[in-house]
Amino acid sequence: MGTFLEARKVGLPLMNLVRFKGLPILQQLHLEEELFRTSKENWCIVNDGTNDPTIVMGVSGKPAELLEIKPVLHDEIPVVRRFTGGGTVIVDQGTIFVTFICNQDAVPGLQPYPRPIMSWSSLIYDQWLRHQLTPVIDYVFGDRKFGGNAQSITKRRWLHHTSFLWDYEVRNMSYLKLPKRAPEYRLARQHSEFIWCLKDYLSRLTFIERTVNALGTHFSLKSVDSEANRDSSAVKFVPSTRLLTRQELEEAMSAADSKNSLAESISPY
Amino acid sequence: MCHFQSTAVLKDLKYADSHEWVKVEGHSATVGITDHAQDHLGDVVYVELPEEGSTVTQGNGFGAVESVKATSDIISPVSGKVVKVNQELSDSPGLVNLSPYEKGWIIKVELSNSSEVEQLMDSDKYSKFCEEEDAAH
Repeated sequence: MGTFLEARKVGLPLMNLVRFKGLPILQQLHLEEELFRTSKENWCIVNDGTNDPTIVMGVSGKPAELLEIKPVLHDEIPVVRRFTGGGTVIVDQGTIFVTFICNQDAVPGLQPYPRPIMSWSSLIYDQWLRHQLTPVIDYVFGDRKFGGNAQSITKRRWLHHTSFLWDYEVRNMSYLKLPKRAPEYRLARQHSEFIWCLKDYLSRLTFIERTVNALGTHFSLKSVDSEANRDSSAVKFVPSTRLLTRQELEEAMSAADSKNSLAESISPY
Repeated sequence: MCHFQSTAVLKDLKYADSHEWVKVEGHSATVGITDHAQDHLGDVVYVELPEEGSTVTQGNGFGAVESVKATSDIISPVSGKVVKVNQELSDSPGLVNLSPYEKGWIIKVELSNSSEVEQLMDSDKYSKFCEEEDAAH
């Protein structure tokens, strides 16, 4: 039996597995972006919770449209703009992150476009965690969401990362506005009405172990020490993912306030 | 113009295997993504444009489109200097879907090496390439 399993794994592509606990989300995203852009290997990154509550917007996110900027500034909540597409989340210790970074040929027959990659990635979770795939491919159970994902695709390489709600703080959701672009299943519901925690159903460790096991049926996983030597090549990678400055957020708020004032002053009502 | 399934391929353009098109006029070129690409990407909601005056290199990324929660790099099919970017895409990114070969153009380039264009596919080869790529998946 051992020989059979070993032989089976021989045909599977290699994937490096790196596990963190409480890594700051900005550091996680910088690592992901660097591996995506500069590595030629396949990677899975698991981060069990991040340290402080942080807002993470997609590449095209506009703070004035997505955030309640005044309380964000007052409470000094960090705001990160990441390199992948998609919407805005607020992450904290209750979030479990799982990221796949793959060469195009790592998954035979997979087209390097958003929907096929999302469909394949969802299979990793679907193998053991039953969920319904909505038309826009969020992770939902019934009509409630327990995870959000986003991607980046380049020539012959792709990245798919997910933030899973093992638990969340209701008060943190008040920093986020209802997005203009939202999936149909969300309708106009507030966060508390459409999101759902995994903690009521399984432990963090079980979630992570089952995900890793499912991934192991597609890849030959090699655990890499999270403190392992990084490539110390002379060219330092500069990520595009960054923390927005206080000034940027204040300017966004001022611009939005001016626009609203102008709209009110010319309104006939 | 010839059609493969529901996507269009224009005869007077050249094509990269990363699904960008280029229209060469002397030492200038206009670049965009193909109908095949926009069809597979889904609704484009954002286009990350390079700066005018920046340099592009054949085979390297110069910008990105966002669709279905994904950023997808746009790979330059030619090398040269970006002389104009399509600013309309900032307010109307959907032009890439609606008119990929005309109003959805992305950059105009002053070519630094015109001979690179010979490495690209003509419309017939690109049509066949798309057909084979879709059949393989």
